[in-house]
Amino acid sequence: MGRRTPLYQQHFALGARTVDFGGWDMPVHYGSQIEEHHRVRRDAGMFDVSHMCVIDVHGKSARAFLARLLANDVGKLRQAGKALYSCLLDESGGVIDDLIVYLMHDHFFRIVVNAGTRDGDLAWMRARASEWDLALDILERSDLAMIAVQGPEARAKVAALLPEVERSSVLAQEAFFGRECASTSGSRWFVARTGYTGEDGFEVMLPDREAADLWQALLAAGVAPCGLGARDTLRLEAGMNLYGNDMDRTRNPLESGLAWTVAFEPAERDFVGRGALENIRKQGGPPLKLVGLVLEDRGVLRSHQKVVVPGVDAVQVGGEVTSGTFSPTLERSIGFARVPRAASTSQTFASPCRQAAVRA
Amino acid sequence: MSQVPADLRYAKSHEWVRNLPDGSVEIGITDHAQHALGDLVFVELPEVGRALEAGAACAVVESVKAASDVYSPVSGTVLAVNEALAGTPELINQECYGRGWMMRVQPAAGSAAELLGADAYTAELAAIGG
Repeated sequence: MGRRTPLYQQHFALGARTVDFGGWDMPVHYGSQIEEHHRVRRDAGMFDVSHMCVIDVHGKSARAFLARLLANDVGKLRQAGKALYSCLLDESGGVIDDLIVYLMHDHFFRIVVNAGTRDGDLAWMRARASEWDLALDILERSDLAMIAVQGPEARAKVAALLPEVERSSVLAQEAFFGRECASTSGSRWFVARTGYTGEDGFEVMLPDREAADLWQALLAAGVAPCGLGARDTLRLEAGMNLYGNDMDRTRNPLESGLAWTVAFEPAERDFVGRGALENIRKQGGPPLKLVGLVLEDRGVLRSHQKVVVPGVDAVQVGGEVTSGTFSPTLERSIGFARVPRAASTSQTFASPCRQAAVRA
Repeated sequence: MSQVPADLRYAKSHEWVRNLPDGSVEIGITDHAQHALGDLVFVELPEVGRALEAGAACAVVESVKAASDVYSPVSGTVLAVNEALAGTPELINQECYGRGWMMRVQPAAGSAAELLGADAYTAELAAIGG
């Protein structure tokens, strides 16, 4: 039996089919993964993402710590509540994890990391803080649950459950910002306009004992419970990477479609992995790159399937699907593949049994 | 709890067989199978006229989760396939014993002898925790 979130009983009561995900028993769907996908695109769906780990970093040197720890630059975070997506790299540029960091206020940042990597991330962060001799509090917030409410109707449905005095400011929040607000029970919730579906919506972090009540209230408001299955098809349609599939410690961000998240400027910011990535750039960039695929034939792309890229120096070279699924919106299969850099986009790849066209 | 209609016979590989009045049989996958697969997105059926061998792969069902072979529960010749599944594979999820049927086959004599009755198939499911 894996670890369970504070919402496990809710999933069980709704008849969810559960799977092991990073050591957690998580719902994969509540009946139909495709129906759940459509609900998020058309209306509103909710995901229990309490298995993800909230880490609070407090201290006067928190900003300096994160500037050195993360490949993206927390110097971009100037306004309270602003969020930044970043990779956490090791010295060789391998991706330890991908995460979101929020500036809460001076000397306080909140980080959300993946479930399967939480223990390693915490150990890494604490070891770096100690190595760099920084006085910081790095707190694992296991007392918080997180519910992602996503879809065109999601923000209105969440706002309606907040105290009236909070609603307009929560709704006025810009994309990729979060803010603390009071709940009707008097506790503090953190409501962020972020997500992993390509839809508008909120991610709500709240005390774990209040999670079931919020879940029930959202259900009553017509928000569809959605599992990890729909979460995967939604994120792939939106072109978002999944840690463990599309990148991991053996891959750097430059070969994972994540170069845009690495801040090489300012040049004097010395972050972990910078030297290794600069060496790769000096050599003309990584030999591989991550591309999006649309399958022209029937069938479904699956992780680890081989793809063949014709015509690179007349020698066929191999690539591999890192994520593949059926897109309910397009009604055909889509995915990511890691292929040789020389492969051009909008080129047709062959796979042993399928024809796939690349879309950048 | 999976549905196992009493009037059908079953293969251990989770296909069902319905006897039709003209001596042919209708074949599909069971409720347990469609549940385990999740939402179906593609179905590949054999060509009409193809000779099938009991226990050999005769069709492919692909779900959001995985592609799986369907094994012919009988030997015989394909008489017809359910064309509706090409555009609406979800019929198998919705009505696996009805509108989600897959093919009609003229069975070779005696080739259905190994099939399980509903009770035996239910016991089989209980044994695998289904």
